[in-house]
Amino acid sequence: MTTNALTSGPGSGRTGDRVFSTAARSAGILILLTLFAVALFLFVQALPAFTADPADLSGGQGFFSYIWPIVIGTVIAAAIAIVLATPVGLGVALFISHYAPRKLAAPLGYVIDLLAAIPSVIYGIWGYLVLAPVLVPGYEWLNQHLGFLPVFGGPVSQTGKTMLTAGVVLAVMVLPIITSLSREIFLQAPGLHEEAALALGATRWEMIRMSVLPFARAGIISAVMLGLGRALGETMAVALVLSTGTLIPSLIKSGNQTIAAEIALNFPEAFGLRMSELIAAGLVLFVITLAVNMIARWIISRHQQFSGAN
Amino acid sequence: MKLSRTTQIASVLSVAALALTACGSDNPTGSTEGSGGSSQESSKAVTGTLTGIGASSQKAAMDAWKSGFESTGEGAKVQYSPDGSGAGRKAFLAGGAQFAGSDAYLSDEEFESSKDVCGPAGAFDIPAYVSPIAVAYNLEGVEGLKLDAKTIAAIFALEVTTWNDPAIADQNEGVDLPDTNITVVHRNDESGTTENFTQYLSATAGDTWTYEESGDWPSDLQSENAKGTAGVVSTTTSTPGAITYADASAVGELGTVAVKVGEDYTELSAEAAAKAVESAEPVTGRSDVDMALELKRDTTESGAYPISLVSYHIYCSSYPDQETVDLVKAWGNYVVGAEGQQAAADSAGSAPLSEPLMEQAHEAIDSIEVAS
Amino acid sequence: MTNATLTPVPAAPVANRRNRLSKGRLPRWAIPVVGLSALVLGAAGSTLGGFSIASMLIYTALLFVVGATAVTVIVEGRRQGTNSFFTYLIHGCFILALIPLISVLYTVLERGLPGMTSNFLFTSMNGMTGAVDNQSVADGTPVLGGAYHAVVGTLLITAFSTIISVPIGMLAAIYLVEYGQGKALSRGITFFVDVMTGIPSIVAGLFAGALFGILFGPSTRMGIVAAVALSVLMIPTVVRSTEEMLKIVPNELREASYALGVRKWRTIAQVVIPTAISGIASGVTLAIARVIGETAPILVTAGLANNINFNVFSNWMATLPTFIYYQILSPTSPTNIDPSAQRAWAAALLLIIMVMVLNLGARLIARVFSPKTGR
Repeated sequence: MTTNALTSGPGSGRTGDRVFSTAARSAGILILLTLFAVALFLFVQALPAFTADPADLSGGQGFFSYIWPIVIGTVIAAAIAIVLATPVGLGVALFISHYAPRKLAAPLGYVIDLLAAIPSVIYGIWGYLVLAPVLVPGYEWLNQHLGFLPVFGGPVSQTGKTMLTAGVVLAVMVLPIITSLSREIFLQAPGLHEEAALALGATRWEMIRMSVLPFARAGIISAVMLGLGRALGETMAVALVLSTGTLIPSLIKSGNQTIAAEIALNFPEAFGLRMSELIAAGLVLFVITLAVNMIARWIISRHQQFSGAN
Repeated sequence: MKLSRTTQIASVLSVAALALTACGSDNPTGSTEGSGGSSQESSKAVTGTLTGIGASSQKAAMDAWKSGFESTGEGAKVQYSPDGSGAGRKAFLAGGAQFAGSDAYLSDEEFESSKDVCGPAGAFDIPAYVSPIAVAYNLEGVEGLKLDAKTIAAIFALEVTTWNDPAIADQNEGVDLPDTNITVVHRNDESGTTENFTQYLSATAGDTWTYEESGDWPSDLQSENAKGTAGVVSTTTSTPGAITYADASAVGELGTVAVKVGEDYTELSAEAAAKAVESAEPVTGRSDVDMALELKRDTTESGAYPISLVSYHIYCSSYPDQETVDLVKAWGNYVVGAEGQQAAADSAGSAPLSEPLMEQAHEAIDSIEVAS
Repeated sequence: MTNATLTPVPAAPVANRRNRLSKGRLPRWAIPVVGLSALVLGAAGSTLGGFSIASMLIYTALLFVVGATAVTVIVEGRRQGTNSFFTYLIHGCFILALIPLISVLYTVLERGLPGMTSNFLFTSMNGMTGAVDNQSVADGTPVLGGAYHAVVGTLLITAFSTIISVPIGMLAAIYLVEYGQGKALSRGITFFVDVMTGIPSIVAGLFAGALFGILFGPSTRMGIVAAVALSVLMIPTVVRSTEEMLKIVPNELREASYALGVRKWRTIAQVVIPTAISGIASGVTLAIARVIGETAPILVTAGLANNINFNVFSNWMATLPTFIYYQILSPTSPTNIDPSAQRAWAAALLLIIMVMVLNLGARLIARVFSPKTGR
């Protein structure tokens, strides 16, 4: 089937080339246009919040003092999620790609992918019905033994609806994203390199460290970034799990808030300036993601040599 | 060949999709057409689709109204999206919905801007859904707790922190109060329920409650919270010693506080809530038919329950064509009529409007006309 | 540490039986013995601070990893020790990841299975009121009302957003990897696609709503608006995962194809993409899985319907996530929330099953297109 297709006339090929590259470029431009439209929309809607009299905004002290606690809250929640999910996610991906018996690997990957399919509302409900009560004794233990650290300061929330719980729920949510993508990349690692490493007497871990991980580094960072994107922007799960409040250092007390949850919780009843304020918060979230991604791209750009196409 | 396998898969998938879509029914209750209610409006057949957007507090009542209304008239359909009061008023003022559901009546500013879509007489508010707000607690073995406004405020302001505090015990002689810590649970989403509750506290508790009236819980008061009525009720139910405020219909197993009004303590009931709404004062400076109400939170009338949520339907005083006017009138009259109010009470546990208010609402709705 | 006293026990007989061929090897029973001792010590340790299964398992796992690694290091050397340490760690990660998965699935199954009746699957919520729910609770009759309308809505809206975003996303990724290397446009796209992953989902919904509002009048709500909103969320995931997968296709394949005189677009369409198709399918499935569970953007774009609607281009629609959201947060009958909760969990189960089927479908497609000689 492929042979005759490949040797078709040269003229049609050239047209094909042109059509194909134009289509590809237009798709790229379309994405840019969409994003520009979204940014414009956000900016126009958010503008009143930036220009308004500071006293009219929530908190009465201007946009900055309104936004910074929830920016920090967002970063804390996403950081907890990524710190917990990245090592576990990579471990699971390695397990599936290099440790599990071949016959088991595919179904196992499939099972992990299932986690991605569960809607965030369900994670939220699971988080506060099942997970939060289970974690309370753990938090009490942490408070007892490590209470001198501000992050484990008491008194411990009796419902378990805290920042740390929200972070754990987010970690569970981003785990399949990290696992699924990095697994695909681990599987694509050149078999020859792996075999060569093993033949030289490397142990399995040495083989992974020397031939699989360097190859996959850029992909892993991409996978983590996609996960981070979800953790930063997740609304419903955080809104349901977290007992929100002002910014506090303790992760096991009720308190803190994230941008996405702030929007989701207050948007339905918001009107006028409050609405602009929430959209401006969305814009800030946008900027955070931008910054995080720039850093990631910069890291990746230092490892270009492992890209197959150049 | 590759291609044939692809087609195979595609055909299997499409057959599966067809099988799934072939046999769905829009009639889960198995009722026959039109049996849902007696058809008193049937003399005037209305058709078309009416769109409403607004408060999520009305959702359960709206389900009942929709199904009741659609079964009385042939071909008339109502769709309602519970996006929230703010979103509803915004969409309504932009002409995106024929009516709005809102926990707050139109502000003066909004009333002015409603003249753009509704003609010179603007829009008007009709109370459609009255739901008493319960102060509910989870304390095993303690029933019928009695509290005055100051004590309620002190509890929610985190000043009274244990259940056997003298402030509580003094009003509840003979009740065995444990020394459990009080866990305050509030809404973490902006809501009409919070707004009405904080209005009550600031009107009645004097200097014990110094916070602003707002749909947002005061951020200085750090305590447990959850999203939505269902969220606070479930958190309170699972936390011993917790107290919250929530729509009375949803409190389930929790104990409810009898609130001190005048010299007596008023138990929570639909009648007591309706009584308080009846004695509310109309807001002035609106169109003649507007029924926006200012509840007297500090009422001393015995038997009135002062903490209620009054949720409105907002209609235009004129619509562009006769068909829409007929549809809106039929719908509006159904909702505030005895039948509609009873349907909401059965389904959503709301307090039906009193007779005089119903009369007034019918009058207001009948004044809707075709725009000239 | 307690392990120090433990190690000589398995190590001693090893020393006795050591010969040239099995030199520096742990006997088969050594690891199970370490595991068993870790279990005993873990149980003992956890009783010190109030016994609980969780703390016992945590202690046991830690003791086992440390103990087994130490044993391996002592007998087989540092390199093998590192190897076994990471082996246990990676297995541990997998088990750790399974815990929340099983817990979530168990919760959904436990609460959702009772609601999976034929009435639930094949009827809508049309005409359902709180009074009906109160009645069925009072009489103890089965819960009425179903999610058929939401299933239809979910399938249609997700299908349309996939139709919109997969071609655009894949073509853009192809441009990035195959055509645009180093060009300003390509750098711009890469950068802004990253930014797009950070759009909060509600903003995507508001944007689509505003866009259609400008085109068709205020508050235009229908399935296709929701599909556009979901596409905005889906495209970056598709681009990003496709891009990664295309990048790791070895250049040798492309060069071999060019050397045979094959046009660039045919090389891409018939060599590069088939090689990467399994990964691409995985990425697309992931993207679909992400948007199929979105609630917030659907609420503001597709409205909330209780009746069945097959037309994405007119009238409101419901999807499973919005159905779940409203059934949980504003139950049909506030006085009796159990019927609503049951419908919500059943809908969640249904949604998971749908994504499972979809996942299988994507794998099947990937298998059909991917090269037969692949790994």
